[in-house]
Amino acid sequence: MIRELIGMAFILIGIMFDFFGVLGLVRLPDVYNRLQAATKCVTFGSAGILFGVFIIQGLNNFGFKVLIGIVFIFLTSPVSAHAISRAAHRNKIPLTKESVVDQYQEDNELKD
Amino acid sequence: MRQIRWLLGLIIIAAFMYGNFYVYDAPILYKLVNVILFCVLFVLFRVLFGPTAADRIVAVDIMGILVIGLLALLGLAYKQSFFMDIGLIWALLSFIASLAFAKILEGRYLDD
Repeated sequence: MIRELIGMAFILIGIMFDFFGVLGLVRLPDVYNRLQAATKCVTFGSAGILFGVFIIQGLNNFGFKVLIGIVFIFLTSPVSAHAISRAAHRNKIPLTKESVVDQYQEDNELKD
Repeated sequence: MRQIRWLLGLIIIAAFMYGNFYVYDAPILYKLVNVILFCVLFVLFRVLFGPTAADRIVAVDIMGILVIGLLALLGLAYKQSFFMDIGLIWALLSFIASLAFAKILEGRYLDD
């Protein structure tokens, strides 16, 4: 009983993070801002849902599959986010007008 | 114009929340599944109307993450564990696809 309550709390927190991350994906003005908001869906959004399901299910086959899913998400999602942002910057997609500093561009100019 | 768009989004979200949590009569897990499906609808808006290609790649990547949480909740609702197998394979394919899209966007070939 108490296990189901804690698991449902984790699932609710995860769904709230998912919803606000997707809201940021729709509302923010720039590729990099959108990526920064949307990556919040991963660390507490879907991983929170999976951890809540793991707490409810316990150590059976479903629970172990969910644990493997958490580890896999945590390993792969930062890699793909980094690759997408680096590719967008090299493809010269402009930053929004309100942004103040672009240190990756400055580093590239120093190297040249 | 900006206020009209803001008000339209607020009305859509409020109507969905009212219809889902007060009118729709179902167990709580089905309502949470509906919330994640609503988030996927926002992501599909960004896929359709994204200004650049990087926006669409970010949106597709985040849709893969959301679908993993959706499948975990569906497996909890139907008490079956094979949904998580589909989720793991979806995560793997989404990771490889976003890496390949990022490499194509950067202007390099796949065997570089």
